[in-house]
Amino acid sequence: MNSPAGRLSLWLLLTPFLLWIVLLVVLPHLQMLRVSFQVRESWDTLAWGLQQYQNFFAEAYYWRTFVRTGLMSLFTTLLTLLIAFPIAWYIARLARGRAKGLLFLGCLIPFWASELVRTYGWMILLRESGLFSSWLQALGWADGPVEMLYNDVAVIIGLVYNGLLFMVVPLVTTLDGLDENLVEAGYDLGGGHGTVLREVVVPWAMPGIVSGCIVVFMLTLGSYLTPTLMGGKDSAWFTQQIFTQFITRFNWEQGAALGVLLLVLSSAIVWLGLKLTGQSLRRVMG
Amino acid sequence: MIRSVPRSRWFDGLYLAYLVAFFLYLALPLLVTSVFAFNDAPYPSLPWQGFTVDWYLADGSAGRTGLFHDDGLLSALWVSAQIAFWVTLVSVGLGCANAVLFERLQFRGKEFLYLLMLLPLVIPGVILGVSILVFYSGLANDLSRAWAIELDLFRPGLTLVVMGQVAFIASLSTLVIAARLRKFDRQLEEAALNLGATPLTAWFTVTLPWLLPSIVGAAAMAFLMSFENFNTTVMLTGSDTPLTVALFNRLREGSTPVLNAVALLLMVVSAALAVLLMGRSGARRT
Repeated sequence: MNSPAGRLSLWLLLTPFLLWIVLLVVLPHLQMLRVSFQVRESWDTLAWGLQQYQNFFAEAYYWRTFVRTGLMSLFTTLLTLLIAFPIAWYIARLARGRAKGLLFLGCLIPFWASELVRTYGWMILLRESGLFSSWLQALGWADGPVEMLYNDVAVIIGLVYNGLLFMVVPLVTTLDGLDENLVEAGYDLGGGHGTVLREVVVPWAMPGIVSGCIVVFMLTLGSYLTPTLMGGKDSAWFTQQIFTQFITRFNWEQGAALGVLLLVLSSAIVWLGLKLTGQSLRRVMG
Repeated sequence: MIRSVPRSRWFDGLYLAYLVAFFLYLALPLLVTSVFAFNDAPYPSLPWQGFTVDWYLADGSAGRTGLFHDDGLLSALWVSAQIAFWVTLVSVGLGCANAVLFERLQFRGKEFLYLLMLLPLVIPGVILGVSILVFYSGLANDLSRAWAIELDLFRPGLTLVVMGQVAFIASLSTLVIAARLRKFDRQLEEAALNLGATPLTAWFTVTLPWLLPSIVGAAAMAFLMSFENFNTTVMLTGSDTPLTVALFNRLREGSTPVLNAVALLLMVVSAALAVLLMGRSGARRT
């Protein structure tokens, strides 16, 4: 790479990469961090300070939503993993030939529609004048219209739905590579279903599990549409507060601080997840 | 729990029921959305009033405006298409350059830069949007205040939306193209060089054709992801609203079967695109 031609091609390729990563990712985030520490004293003077972060901790509504969003995202991720694992296992190990391809294709169905369309579909099903409500009444199990939308359960149903694809695909990919002899050996050595699952299957699938969990957690934590459209007055999501600060109140300083906090939360949990399971970002995402 | 290990019939039945329930859960919201696009009622709910194509074709004279006469939605569709075109072009170009950079060249700090390249995948979409809004809009404000230069390019609008989407879609297309480049047999390229081709000719006649399927795949993915993106887009959009944002605004006012019509159209187009691509790659493999 020391020839002039080699150096030239290195710089030719490095330049677009650096322009992209610096101008669209690094600088904007540094600026957001900077703005979050600025305090507006009057319309044209700024000072440095922690005002925005103090607001966050002083205002229960902010930090409660923050904690709630984090916990609900973790719960959603775990639920998605539990729902997706048997499906991925079936596709990777039990289904044969055509069925395997078809089932895998079936898991991609939700991806044909955008998050907005998926959420809209759930709204038609769950709302008071929706299908489930009509069916319940037709079956005589409910006397009047039943509102199933606008609560935490509805939000979680929608979020799990959004995340499933991103969990099933990495799980199928890793489980596909599992050598059946290992599983048989586990049984031969006297392990039960639980032991084999815990000692053989899960460790093998760990890169897929971690990769799926990271993506689903990230998407859930940063999701705005589903909680806004399916959640009620009491099930606020942290992204809504960021949106409100930026777009409705035009308070960029406060919004930037909330944005930084969300970024810290998501990075911390992703980092912790990688550390606890001994995976690296490169292995899991790259 | 593999094919060679006997399972009880009771367990098998339970597993099968779970599979059926899972795929029902996946299909139901999309199915319902599609069906109500043809219901002859002003509101997407039961009871079924008969089949109609009004939600596509009605010209507004009978109090109904179908999708193909709805100027608001049509212009939003056009805005989204323009955005997706530029995002695809830039992301795929960047993806190719990055793939060669990381798969072929050796340079100092490569590992670090690769991690930077993955970073946008673990930043919530809302945060990507917000940081770009803060940085570029802030820049435009500062320039206008200090030197009275008006850089409308950097105010919320199409350019910022494209930038925000490229920020993370470029990472994905890099991964797709790099995965294919990794499998390339470099001896083919060396053979071309031995036969007297210049490195540039070898690249365009040997390597690029090999990469083409992944480039087409990355382009389709980039186009769909851009078209369907909401979280990043909503923070950056100006007066020209893309489709997802327009649909979101309509949905908050109340749902009409026109939304179902749009949703179905989107699903059909992305499914067709997916099937077309899979057919192509399938034909290539055999």
